[in-house]
Amino acid sequence: MDRLKVATVWLGGCAGCHMSFLDLDEFLLELADQIELVYSPVVDMKEYPENVDVCLIEGAVCNEDNLELARKIRARTKVLVAFGDCAVTANVPAIRNQLGLDNAESVLQHAYIEHARHNPGIPKAPGIVPELLARVMPVHEAVEVDYFLPGCPPPASRIKTLMLQVLAGETPKLEGADLKFG
Amino acid sequence: MAAKTLTIDGKEISAEEGATILQAAEEHGITMPTLCHLDGVYDVGACRLCLVEVAGTPKLLPACTTRVTEGMDVKTDTERLRKYRRMTLELLFAERNHVCAVCVANGHCELQSLAYSQGMDHVRYEYRFPHWEVDNTHPLFGMDPHRCILCTRCVRACWHIEGAGTLNVSGRSAGSHIITDLNQPWGLADSCTRCGKCVMSCPTGALYYKGSTVSEMERDRSKLEFIVTAREKKQWIA
Ligand code: SF4
Ligand code: SF4
Ligand code: FES
Repeated sequence: MDRLKVATVWLGGCAGCHMSFLDLDEFLLELADQIELVYSPVVDMKEYPENVDVCLIEGAVCNEDNLELARKIRARTKVLVAFGDCAVTANVPAIRNQLGLDNAESVLQHAYIEHARHNPGIPKAPGIVPELLARVMPVHEAVEVDYFLPGCPPPASRIKTLMLQVLAGETPKLEGADLKFG
Repeated sequence: MAAKTLTIDGKEISAEEGATILQAAEEHGITMPTLCHLDGVYDVGACRLCLVEVAGTPKLLPACTTRVTEGMDVKTDTERLRKYRRMTLELLFAERNHVCAVCVANGHCELQSLAYSQGMDHVRYEYRFPHWEVDNTHPLFGMDPHRCILCTRCVRACWHIEGAGTLNVSGRSAGSHIITDLNQPWGLADSCTRCGKCVMSCPTGALYYKGSTVSEMERDRSKLEFIVTAREKKQWIA
């Protein structure tokens, strides 16, 4: 049997969900035998490949790069899992949404000008620094999401539960405290 | 007082006349989700999580404010009710800004635990991301309206257990919010006795003891019931 093609992606998040993924410890070895990791912050692959079976997306959709990648992932992936609270609820990255529709401008102003010790100025280089979206979104607001794996970060045991269901070919289903946010 | 007989989830029970469906159910070990209900203060039916089906009525009725009647046939757990409960919870999350990961009540929040126990894995509605001002002017307590669900438990505790009348609801619809005195900063609200009963009663992280950080807000709700029982029944049951 072909091994399951799995990807993990890091959009607007702190990488904590990926740290938690690494906390799977020896289960990672079992996983390695059963899946092929085709794209991830932990493998060196520049372009998101075609025909991915399962993709775990960490992070909210915060900028134009995130949005473009999310759309590409959706088009090239069978099963998409929102991985962690930033992907599921937009979480901390979306706090800037409370500042209104011009929030992107005001957070940049705050970070790059008011708090800059050297060379204050908002980075604008086109093609280098992606533009912030006016509103940070949970992944399911940008593209269709099949399953949700909440938690900030989701504990390794929760990731394992879901991955075992996926590997067994079952419909992933988390219940009770495995759905706790935060 | 006359007793009424009724059926809840197929179980035949009797309850005192004047009792609510919620009281009757609890007395017989039948539980249902509640959020604005707080033992010790009267019920207002604000959150709609305790909605039940009553045979012969197309409307869903709140168990905490609906009185039992003779022969009533109540269902507390049906597909339709689960659907509405999940919807109600999602709307509560979409209405304000609940960032559980950085919330003082994370792990001790009734809204949070209800959400997962009802199977809420995400919110289907668009989040509104409103902007509210946090009030940290009081020497002991803080109020963060981003996490308030307008259950009014704090208001009822303030008026009817403490008798201070500091907290109130102002505004309408999505603009409703909890105010102190005449919409002054809490620290300037002269009527506040600093008793902390509101903080004890809040189901979420909206009211907190100053200085508490992520996950630190635990509350002892039984204290409120203890005070009320002591006052009304002259029984000091700890
Ligand atoms: S009040 Fe409860 S639901 Fe809201 S952010 Fe805090 S822990 Fe989460
Ligand atoms: S502050 Fe807390 S107790 Fe008061 S209405 Fe809001 S959620 Fe309810
Ligand atoms: S507990 Fe009955 S409506 Fe809130």
